[in-house]
Amino acid sequence: MSAPLDLPKWADTVLVPAISVVAAFLVAGLVVLGIGENPLSATRYLIQGSLGTGEGLGFTLFYMTDFIFVGLAVAVAYHAGLFNIGGEGQATLAGLGIALVLNNLTFLPGFLLIPLGILGAAAFGAAWAAIPGYLQAKRGSHIVITTIMFNWLASVLIVYLLVNVLREPQSMNPETRAFPEAANIPFMHDVFAAFGIEIPASQLNLTLVLALAASYFVWLLIYRSRLGYAIRVVGSNPTAAVYAGISPARIIIIAMVISGALAGGLAVNELMGYQHRLLLEFTSGYGFVGIAVALMGRAHPVGIILASLLFGILYQGGAELAFEQPAITRDMVVVIGGIIILFAGALDGLFRRAVAHLFTRQKLARA
Amino acid sequence: MSPAIELIAINKSFGAVHANKDVNLRVERGTIHGIVGENGAGKSTLMSILYGFYEADSGEIRVNGKPISIRSPNDAINAGIGMVHQHFMLVEPLSVVDNVMLGAEGGAMLRVGEAKVRAELARLARDYGLEIDVDATVGDLSVGLQQRVEILKALYRGADILILDEPTAVLTPPEADALFGLLRSLKEQGKTVILITHKLREIMAITDRVSVMRRGEMVASVETADTSPPELAELMVGRRVLLRVEKAEKIPGAPLLEIGDLTVVDSRGVVRVANASFTVRAGEIVGIAGVAGNGQSELLEAIAGMRQPALGTIRLEGRDIPSSEHNPHRMRQLGLLHVPEDRLRMGLVPAFPAFESAILGFSDEPRLGRGPLLDHDRLIADLEKKMEQYDVRPPAPRLKSSKFSGGNQQKIVLAREIERNPKVLLVGQPTRGVDIGAIEFIHRRLIALRDAGVAILLVSVELDEIMNLSDRILTMCGGRITGERKASETNEQDLGLLMAGVTDEAA
Repeated sequence: MSAPLDLPKWADTVLVPAISVVAAFLVAGLVVLGIGENPLSATRYLIQGSLGTGEGLGFTLFYMTDFIFVGLAVAVAYHAGLFNIGGEGQATLAGLGIALVLNNLTFLPGFLLIPLGILGAAAFGAAWAAIPGYLQAKRGSHIVITTIMFNWLASVLIVYLLVNVLREPQSMNPETRAFPEAANIPFMHDVFAAFGIEIPASQLNLTLVLALAASYFVWLLIYRSRLGYAIRVVGSNPTAAVYAGISPARIIIIAMVISGALAGGLAVNELMGYQHRLLLEFTSGYGFVGIAVALMGRAHPVGIILASLLFGILYQGGAELAFEQPAITRDMVVVIGGIIILFAGALDGLFRRAVAHLFTRQKLARA
Repeated sequence: MSPAIELIAINKSFGAVHANKDVNLRVERGTIHGIVGENGAGKSTLMSILYGFYEADSGEIRVNGKPISIRSPNDAINAGIGMVHQHFMLVEPLSVVDNVMLGAEGGAMLRVGEAKVRAELARLARDYGLEIDVDATVGDLSVGLQQRVEILKALYRGADILILDEPTAVLTPPEADALFGLLRSLKEQGKTVILITHKLREIMAITDRVSVMRRGEMVASVETADTSPPELAELMVGRRVLLRVEKAEKIPGAPLLEIGDLTVVDSRGVVRVANASFTVRAGEIVGIAGVAGNGQSELLEAIAGMRQPALGTIRLEGRDIPSSEHNPHRMRQLGLLHVPEDRLRMGLVPAFPAFESAILGFSDEPRLGRGPLLDHDRLIADLEKKMEQYDVRPPAPRLKSSKFSGGNQQKIVLAREIERNPKVLLVGQPTRGVDIGAIEFIHRRLIALRDAGVAILLVSVELDEIMNLSDRILTMCGGRITGERKASETNEQDLGLLMAGVTDEAA
């Protein structure tokens, strides 16, 4: 018997992560102090750069959109008991799907092209995740290993295709030609301008709305649907799933398909929303950030949105910080991100236990 | 003479749970002392404190009249206390000698220690009749003999006081008798034995005194000769309980479940069930008696469709079930429901709120929601009603499944399956880890189902339960059905022989 770790829901979902973040910032502050910089001004630049200006906020929300998709992708797989490390590769293939759809159907109008492009992203991302899912379900090949391998496969495949097949003949850049303009997802500043509201220009586009809709969809799926129920049974108690007549193999594949499709959202935001062409390494390692986001958000869509915002702030604010306080390089910012992941993910249990202890003590004192 | 063990005002809390409240216990030297209580009454905690796994929050331990502090099992061993755990702490690939020596090698070189162990084991065999092949590999020994190794280990370390935790849970009746004989001879030699059990029959058969725990408190300590099973049961539960459910004779109806030559081979190629054939009729409880691990679990799982049998036929209501329909989902639709023997691994999802566990296996029933979505309000309302009918405590559908006691978890599972009007009900270990009050309730429900014409196949390692509930009894040993008896025409000795593999033909 150990001390019960049951916390009120608000403490579990808000208080504990908040303590983790504060602790992470304190430790990161010590690191900043260690290299002889002022942590207070660093924090100010970080917040100022990410939330203080309209433009900064736009970039923060743009990154947040990326992180929501990959976070949801990791979360759905996680509920089925799977650790999908393959967000990078799935998003990369989703980018290929977008390019193939958009650059081959140039004759279609925008209101058809955009949904088709999104579907192309989802389908390719899903297919790329389905293979490791199938191998796990039917052959027992460990999903962590196969998804990592599939990240590498995706990355070399896309290099090959961009260099040898998809590149415009006259261009020296390994990238496709621009997508048809009708297929561009509108920038938020353009949307607002149409209603006569001026906001500063940034990469932020309407994909954010899609990300929020996807969050709601995932919540509905996981916590309210029959399929989500089956997914959670498999993830939580595979023997009970067999008893219940739920096929773990089938659910594993389905969960990976949904997961891969969600990872495709990263490509939608980056390519259809911003770059408007397929190019190398557009995923920038964000697929891995999704793991941290999902862990920190406790695999719940609301938590994932909040964690994505935090990482958006870190990415955008970190870029500003590196610019304003050059001694704090981008690498330092990565270190700070790492510390947050460490505290929110790996050391999460530490604070949870301490908080649980406090709560039980309080209860005892009251009793 | 001062008592062997004296515990004075022991207190121990885990978080908000007060597991031992001012517990006093006095165990006289050279006696067998029973400790009974329901699950969670605090018996194991108390013994863990005595053996040094936990430290008491307050209170005093005296061994042979001397107050001592026991901070670790080593302290306990040095004080002459030995423990035989319910789950053996043995290294199966090693020999008996090696196992006994483990942790008491007596130096870097094994030769000296080994000689000492052999001499000592020979002496123990002489003094107590604890005979055993000292060079046998422990993994090859029967469960009864493995337990003997555990006892030898404790005695080798100089135990004068031996604690046994539910020692008969894994034994056949003849093995249990042998164990009791051994405990008596230990007592005659002046050793003290503390026996933790929930089987009142054993308490009556072998102990000199018995102490009863309820909800962390020691509620009684009496001479065994001055008490009776009903009185002990009442002390354990805090109210009167019926130990035997009444059931009327009933002529069974049509055969609903017919099993023919069923053979189950596990993933490692070991035959778990061999050519089992039997029939269960409407309005009949057929019990399968056997020591745990003799194929009963695999038999139930194979019938339910959780594993594919290698050979054999399953007929439900007179219709052959083809292998294409032989899966848990389809079997449920056909009216074969299943209360699994392992609640926490199969019967429910411990991490889910109770209302979600209460639809396990039925999550695609159209009435539980609309289209692809489940209607949580409805699930909660449904379970609230059932919790009232089945007296589940606390009646809180949103509480995590793992937070309910074993008995209440079992009631949730039972309610789920019974509510769906089974034609055939498979029931595995319905009262494992369930307290006496709930056992009575569950037994009544099963009898009521039988009276309503359900065909029930009951698997249990509790022989009392099998004899109490069944109309007919099959015995299993080594994956084979070794005998069949009418419940009214058999007794424990008879079944015990069959469970040990002595078949009718051989006898």
